[in-house]
Formats: sequence, C-alpha cells, structure tokens
Amino acid sequence: MTASTHSGVLTGIFTMTPADAAPEKLQSSRRTFLKLSGAGLVLGMAAPLPGMSGGAEAKAAEALAPNPFLVVAPDNTVTVIIKHLDKGQGAATGLATLVAEELDADWAQIKTEFAPADPVKYKNLAFGVQGVGGSTGLANSYEQYRLAGATAKAMIVAAAARKWSVKASDVKVSKGIVSSGDKSAKLGDLAVLAAAESIPDKPALKDPKDFVYIGKSFPRVDSKAKSTGATKFTIDQQTDDMLVATIVRPPLFGATVKTFDASEAEKINGVIKVLQIPQGVAVIATNTWGALQGQRAVKVTWDESKAEKRGTDEIVTAYKALLDKPGLPARKDGDVEAAFKTANKVISADFEFPYLAHAPLEPLDCVVKTDGKTAEIWTGSQMQTLDHGAACAVLGLKPEAVQLHTVWAGGSFGRRAIADSHFVREACEIAKAYGEPQPVKVMWTREDDIKGGWYRPVYVHRIKAGLDKDGNIVAWQHRIVGQSIIAGTPFESVMVKDAIDHSSVEGASNLPYGIANLTVELHTEKAGVPVLWWRSVGSTHTAHATEHMIDILAKEAGRDPVDFRLAMLSKHPRHAGVLKLAAEKAGWGSKLPDGKFRGVAVHESFKSYVAQIADVSLREDGTPKVERVVCAIDCGVAVNPDVVAAQMEGGIGYGLGAALKGAITMKEGRVEQSNFDGYDVLRMSEMPKVEVYIVPSAEAPTGVGEPGTPVVLPAVANALFSGTGVKTTVLPMTKQKYKGQS
Amino acid sequence: MACVPGLGRNRTKQGMAGMATTFSLNGEKRTVEAEPDTPLLWVLRDDLKLTGTKFGCGAALCGACTVHLDGEAVRSCQIQLRDVEARDVTTIEGVKGDIAAAVQAAWIKLDVVQCGYCQSGQVMAAVGLLSQIRKPTDDDINKAMDGNVCRCNTYQRIRAAIHEAAKTLPG
Repeated sequence: MTASTHSGVLTGIFTMTPADAAPEKLQSSRRTFLKLSGAGLVLGMAAPLPGMSGGAEAKAAEALAPNPFLVVAPDNTVTVIIKHLDKGQGAATGLATLVAEELDADWAQIKTEFAPADPVKYKNLAFGVQGVGGSTGLANSYEQYRLAGATAKAMIVAAAARKWSVKASDVKVSKGIVSSGDKSAKLGDLAVLAAAESIPDKPALKDPKDFVYIGKSFPRVDSKAKSTGATKFTIDQQTDDMLVATIVRPPLFGATVKTFDASEAEKINGVIKVLQIPQGVAVIATNTWGALQGQRAVKVTWDESKAEKRGTDEIVTAYKALLDKPGLPARKDGDVEAAFKTANKVISADFEFPYLAHAPLEPLDCVVKTDGKTAEIWTGSQMQTLDHGAACAVLGLKPEAVQLHTVWAGGSFGRRAIADSHFVREACEIAKAYGEPQPVKVMWTREDDIKGGWYRPVYVHRIKAGLDKDGNIVAWQHRIVGQSIIAGTPFESVMVKDAIDHSSVEGASNLPYGIANLTVELHTEKAGVPVLWWRSVGSTHTAHATEHMIDILAKEAGRDPVDFRLAMLSKHPRHAGVLKLAAEKAGWGSKLPDGKFRGVAVHESFKSYVAQIADVSLREDGTPKVERVVCAIDCGVAVNPDVVAAQMEGGIGYGLGAALKGAITMKEGRVEQSNFDGYDVLRMSEMPKVEVYIVPSAEAPTGVGEPGTPVVLPAVANALFSGTGVKTTVLPMTKQKYKGQS
Repeated sequence: MACVPGLGRNRTKQGMAGMATTFSLNGEKRTVEAEPDTPLLWVLRDDLKLTGTKFGCGAALCGACTVHLDGEAVRSCQIQLRDVEARDVTTIEGVKGDIAAAVQAAWIKLDVVQCGYCQSGQVMAAVGLLSQIRKPTDDDINKAMDGNVCRCNTYQRIRAAIHEAAKTLPG
C-alpha cells in the first residue's frame, strides 16, 4: 500500500476530490479501510439473512430491481434504497431525486428505505466503505443513482416497446406515465415485464437542460412524518421485551472502574442487572426511568491514575507556549523570514478555540439483539461498515450473522461518524455480558453526551503577516497548535502524512490568497481528551483565524475588506464569484444605520465555496446580536436548491451558536458543563435572518452539509471589528467585551 | 378504559403493581400502573408506546418533550405521573383541531424539518402559542419558542411556518 492510495481514505473522510473516486483508488482504499476496521469479511456479505431482509429487497423478487438502488413494484411504488444515513441533511431526498430524475417517476410514487450494511453494493465512492461524512453524500452518488434510475427507465421503455409493438424511440416517460401514441401505462404496470428485459450497459443520462427535478426545489421525503411525530429514531425502537440500559461513565477521561456498589441501584424498580463493561458500569432495566434512576444510584470507585487531570486552562497555556516555536511545515511558499525583514509593517494575532460538543438532540443510542449466534443492531449508523465490523468483533460473530439496520438519526454534526464505533461497541458489550436474547437499547443521557468527550479539539493559532508600503500582504506565517483528531485511531498510520494531520490545517494550508511568501506550521499535541470532527472539521477554526486576520490587515492597509480579498483572488474565480455575489446581494458599501456593523468572510470547504456577509448590532448588555446573514454558495449543481438553502441556514445557526457561547471547559480534568444550561446552544431569538444565493453552475455537485458553518464566525467577528475595533481572538465571543470600545 | 399491561407491571420488583393513575390521553381515558413519581415523558413513551414525544435533556432545557396539559404546552420530562391524574394530556400523536392542522400544514409546506427529532416539541409549542395568540409577532415567537432547541437550527423556517399558519387561521 502506498501513501497515495492511503490518501484516498484521508481525503474521503474530509474532502472528496473526483480523483478519489477513480476505481483503482477505491479498491485500494477499501482494502485499507476494511483491514483497519477488522472487517475484511464484510466484503463477502451481499445478501441479507433469510427472514432478515428489508421490505424492498423482499419485494424485489416480483418487481423491477436491476441494481441495488431501486425497486419499481407492480403497486406503482418506486422505492429508492438510500445507502447513507440521513441525519437531517436530506440524503434520502437527494438520492431519491437522482433516481426520480432519470426514471422520470412521479415524485408522489417515490418511497425511500435505508440500505443494509453492505460495502460491496453501498460503499461511499469517495471512501471505499459504506458511510458518509465530509459532505460527500450527494457528491459521490450523483452519477451512481442517476444511472440506477436510467437503467430502470431503459428497461421499462424496452418492455413497453415490446408490448405495444412500437419502436423504443417512440416510447416516452413523463411523471411516472409511460406512453406511445394512444397507449399508456404506469411505471409499475410494466415493472414485471421490464424485469425480463436485459440490463443495459450504459444507459444514456439526461442532458441537464431536460432535468425536471434536479435543480428545482421540491418537497423533502421526510417532512410529513417528522412533522407528525411518526418518524422512528433509534430511541423509538420498541418491543414488548426490550430492555433499556444506561452506563455510569468515568468522571475523568481515561479513568476506569476500580470497584462498584450496585446495592442501591438494584433496589430501584425496573432495574434487573448492574454489570461492569470496559466502558464503565451498565445498568439494565425493564424501562427507561428505571435505567436512568439506576445510573444515578450506582456508586463507583474509579482508578484515576491514568486519567487526564489537566484543566482546559492548563492545556491552553501549554499550547500557547508552543506558538513561539516553529512547527512542522504543512505548506511553505517563498521565503517568509526574508519577506518579514523587508516588510513595511508586521502584524501578529493569536487565537484560542475551545473544546466544542456536538450535542445532537437525539442522544447517542443503539439497540442490540443477540442470541449468541446471530445479532441485529439498530442505530443511526453513519459509518455502517465500521459499525458492523465493530459489532462483529465484540460479539465474536461472523459478518453474515450480524445485520445492521440504519435508522433515521436525530442529528450528528460529526458525532455519529466515529472511527472506533464506541457507542455500538458498548451496546454490544452490554448485550453480550447480559447474555439473554432480549433486545437491549443503550441510551446516553444529555449529561453523558456533554461530559462524554469526542469534542472539537482546543486549538491555538498565531498568524504573523507583513504588509508592504502599498498595503499588500508580502508574508504570512500561520502556526497552529492542537490535538490531532486522527491520532490514536486506527487511521493514524494512513491519514496523517509527514506527521501532519490534514484535519488540523485544512482551510489554512490551502489559503487561496495570492501571497508569495507563506508558511503554515503545525504542532500536534497530546491530551487525554477524546476528540472528533465537528461540522466542517478543521475549517471550524482555520476559517476564523485566516479570515479575521485578513480584515485586521485590510484595516492596517486602509483597504475595503471585499476589494482587499478580490485583489488577491485572481487565481480563484469561484472564491471571487461567491464573494461578489454576496457583496451585491447584501448591498456591501451601502451606508448602515447607526449601531449596525457589517462584516464579510469567504472560505472553501468540502469543495464548495461560501461567502457570508453579516449585519450585527450590540444588545444592551454589549453582547452581539446577529441580525442578518447573506450567504452565497457555489456547490456545483444544486440538486435541490431548497435543501441547499436549508443546509446553509442550519449550518449558519450551528456555527453561530458555537461562536457566541459554545465552550466545554475542564477543571482538574472534570468537565464543568453537563446539559443545555452550562452548554447553551443557539435559540430562536438569536437566529439571524438568513438569505441564501446559489451560484448557477454546471460543475459536479459538492458538499453542502458543512460549508455553511465555518464562515459565519469570521463574518460576525469582522462586523464587530469594523464597528467596535475589537478583535475576536478568544472564543467563544463571550470572552470579548465589544461595548464602549469603538 | 384501557389498562396498560407490559412494561408497567415490571416496574416493581416482586410483581407488586405501581399505583394506578387515570387521565385523559389524546381524548381517551387511560389508566397506567406505574410509580407516581415517574416523569410523564417515560410513561408516554415506555408504557403507552407513544414515541412521538422525545427525550432531549431531561431537565426542561430543550423542549423536545413538549406536550399539552389541559391545553397548555408543558415539558413532560418535568411532570410526574401523579400530577396528571384526572387531567387532559395531548401528545403529537393526538393533537388536532384547526390550529394543529394549520401548523402541521405550514411545517410541511415550508419543509421546516431537517433531522426532525425536535419537531414534535416544536409543533406542540407552536400550537400552544397560536392557541393563546392568534397573530403572534416575532417577539411573541421568540418568547414562546426560545425553550425549544433545534440543533439543526431550523429556527428561520419554524418562525416562517408559525406566521404562515397564523395567516391561514381566522383572526
């Protein structure tokens, strides 16, 4: 295995490039991934076990199912098999759209069903295994699902032509109706006949000018069920004999159980078993309230000898000390040191970013049912191949004996995309230790979630930049200190190149501005806090440090922030395109009422380009009130513009909540927050008016789930800087006083 | 009157039944045998199998568990079973009437949902608001909805859908 094939996995997780989808890379990355996950045999699992098959797979026998992605049934339903988890981003709607487009189905006949765990059929073409992340869901599926629909359509057309004795070219399909002359039929009427037709090798895809769904806004597939409480999430899975388990988790990261006393817990109604597992002490009960009370009643003595005992203040102080020392190079252009010597002015700024919890509203949960010979698992699985492999490993079962059901997830934002499948593992540990065939639902409390780690890491940055006498940036030295998200995971050997974890520097090492002398350096530090990618990963911090610094420099240079950027973006037309569009729509340059400030930022992540312009004022107490955000995005073809807009709106809110008040802090190793009081999130009254504009494009679709998130922080900070002169260097914004300092 | 078997009877250790509590659920009289201090949230979800009402924080900080008690939006994680004796409880599964229909139609029309996990609570809170204030202002919406967290941050569409629902309702 070579470094280049390994990087296929790396880029697959974070950002997808078309080159990564090349078949030879997929092969290599899949092997790599499966070897890493210990799930090599998963490759051999194609068909579900008897009696365990999904509805659509079962129906496929007497219907048209020429590929694993759709079933056209005689009852005129078209079931699209969704290979990726839908955690709100609209994967089900998006993938169904691609099939409906090429099949020319009627939107009303489309149904969706999540695919079983099967990396052969359902791998992410950017990863080589089944899973989604890095905003790749639609991008990697764009041709695959269109081809799936086109294949079925070609077979239906052939069947119609044969039945009606007409030429295939004289058969038309529109909104689910197949017709030729005075003859017509529904897609479903021809399903069985079409199944006998040969499967075309290369069915023609539509010319984009003929699209009826792609590029148009139309309803999500899940709106009604989710507006009426009907959607079943993992937490809603129930059987009469189901047990509910909670886990008493370590109070410090790295602490382990020394002894425990279950006597009080066992007195609680409903509690039937308290047992130790590697992750802590599990309380198993016949109902949720018993499991929750039992969790509080268990007394555990912890071995804290190997635990992280530092507080966040100590960690930040240790990191900051490294800002004075050169780090490992992540990018080196020209000669920065020489350029500083000739610079007219040298400006430096340090930035501090806290730990952030993802806090999806559905707490982590997983249902396991096993009789020791076979197992079924229900969870919002974002990395099906890894989760399935982990379950097999813990349960000691062969891949074909374990079926993983992907269930609608109540948010993720990165939290369910985990390398070690820890919440699937612990659920399997409990089911195994309990040893009865009843299904066990393991549920995290909000306190488990907020205190439980897997945070966006703490980072500190220093950017030192030199301006020449004309106000041009001639030197840029960017130093980043932080914990690696990848270190300590099975991916470390393949996803960290030359000791640089790409996820620590992305967004900084690819700074688009034309600066001749530029270095980006990284210090990777260790801390005993488990960390994870958080919506937009490295860009959560790099976008702010770079884009806020640009405004600081523009002010020094006496230049307009938009013009200052555009002058340095001549080689990056897509950055410039969104910047100009946002500026035009926001009325950049127009006079603002007293007390209102305006700021801009532009950033590329997950191959999409986003510019945002924020209008901000200050509340009575001096805290920022973000009133309006104008957002321009270039994501290639916008398959469903309304879903793109929704992802921008939501991404902006998610990023803004963290910017304004998000921070997990620790004292002597103990997390100080536990619920939405200490770790508050954006609320209705804080949501700005968001306007989204999409750059028309014929380029292949790129990510939308994450790219809206990182841009709002620097846009708001730049507005505050312009209005008050206060730099936002320590996050969250509550760490700055903006009032009365203009 | 339906007595609910199942998990309820397992609440006590030696087969002793919990106390029986009777209340109106979605217009139907129900009796539940469970410990009287059990939060209504878990009675609804575990004993009565109505899973539309969600758990998000267990501390009245997120609103995912919002139901109506005698027509008013409350957090079911903070209401004990004993508190609902002889009262009317309405959940997302049973909410009806002009206001609920207008709210849910607006939610669907504007494609408010993303992950959807908070939306039962959002809908119940919005119905509660419109039941009290027929034409809410943005400030009214802020006050009524600030306790309902949406981690997907669909707030802009929730606000628009409440205004949309208000438009379709007679003043």
